[in-house]
Amino acid sequence: METPPGSVPVGADRELASSQTSLERCKTGIEGLDSILEGGIPRGNTVLVAGSVGTGKTTLCLEFLVRGAERGERSLFLSVTEASKKLIQNLSTFDFFRPELVADGSLVFVDLPLVYRKLGLEREELAPEEIDILLRTICGLVRSLGIRRLVLDSLTSLCYRIRRDEQIRDFLLRLGAELSAESCTSLLVSEIGPQAGRYSAHGVEEAIVDGVILLWNSRRMGDILRVLQIVKMRGTSHSRTQYVIELTPIGMLMAPHMKGARGGSEGVG
Amino acid sequence: MPPVDIADRLRALPLGSAVALKLDPREYADHYFAVLNATLRDVGAEANNHTVYVAVTNPASFVWSLAQALDVSPDRISFVDAISHLMMNFANPLANATYVESPRALEEIMLRVEYLLRRYPHPRTTVVIDSVNSLAIHNPPELLSEFFHILLSNLKTRQVLTLVLETTDEEAAAIDQMLNLVVDETIDVARAGR
Repeated sequence: METPPGSVPVGADRELASSQTSLERCKTGIEGLDSILEGGIPRGNTVLVAGSVGTGKTTLCLEFLVRGAERGERSLFLSVTEASKKLIQNLSTFDFFRPELVADGSLVFVDLPLVYRKLGLEREELAPEEIDILLRTICGLVRSLGIRRLVLDSLTSLCYRIRRDEQIRDFLLRLGAELSAESCTSLLVSEIGPQAGRYSAHGVEEAIVDGVILLWNSRRMGDILRVLQIVKMRGTSHSRTQYVIELTPIGMLMAPHMKGARGGSEGVG
Repeated sequence: MPPVDIADRLRALPLGSAVALKLDPREYADHYFAVLNATLRDVGAEANNHTVYVAVTNPASFVWSLAQALDVSPDRISFVDAISHLMMNFANPLANATYVESPRALEEIMLRVEYLLRRYPHPRTTVVIDSVNSLAIHNPPELLSEFFHILLSNLKTRQVLTLVLETTDEEAAAIDQMLNLVVDETIDVARAGR
């Protein structure tokens, strides 16, 4: 279950992918995920974590940050929709979380609505200069705190205030470049509908980011399974197989999504 | 040749073996109790041993009551219960059990086994799957083959002893054939000494 089959190169296949595997990795700390990513996300990549409600996006991202903080990589959670206090409360139900990580500043939570207020970004739709201020504030936080892992939950909520596709594209391009320059590996949460047919609200985000991790609910004979698939990850020969995930107190566990001879299950979101 | 004790046969197996334990439906109660005796009381009670019992035929609470009658300590056994939810028999969950909502959620059964192996690491672990016949009631054969192939391969690499309970009758010939492809050995409980 922790060395699942897939298209991850092993043995001689590793040589074929050697130019890619030489990139420094940011180990997610989630064993199954690191295994299908050839050891982790290439350091400095910006990755979209896309899925509908209840598929495990936030939990995956939180574990990524906690595991990083445990390894001495300072981690930042930028929350747009949920209060940090509540997130930390939820985290305390997991065995892998230690409150000291928050107390000693290894794991930092910032509520973005408070940042908006502080910066005077009160309008519903941000003007180009306001987008610029927001971008510089986020990157400034990353630089000044020495952040190596960042989660933005969610990019979708943030983009409600940046409505034009070209502005979203420009914002993401600049954010990705700045974070990469700081060797900061980022997960941007993308909320999509059950039958979205794409990985983000606007459809431009997935083209710009370095990677897309897709989560959805799959139905088999009436039962629902949480499924994960790496759709895209620049700089790595990743698995393209589907995996069922389980969010346990010791962290996220993964097993191959079985299909049976007839293809098995259908997606429901 | 005199019959060999089931527990002795299990002790003689190399680490990581997968074994089918065949029970005769006409003597099911006797055979089932003999298997519990061998696995939970004899082998399971040995030093550094832990049993993960995947309950699909009967709820974990039922198996646990039998295990208690055999003086099995609760820290020696943990359960993956994949039947209580389906039976709406969920009023008093056991402290040493984790519950899967349906025996059709085969990946979740795998992941709960994985979870218990990590949560309670022991030098010697036995996983008991009770039973292949019950899983076959709820799952198509292709899916079941895939499940056993992945699960048993994984447990083998982790050097876990896996015991799959199987009730043999003429209607279960296909199950028997499938299981023969993935296990290393078969113990016919009717022929083994108890």
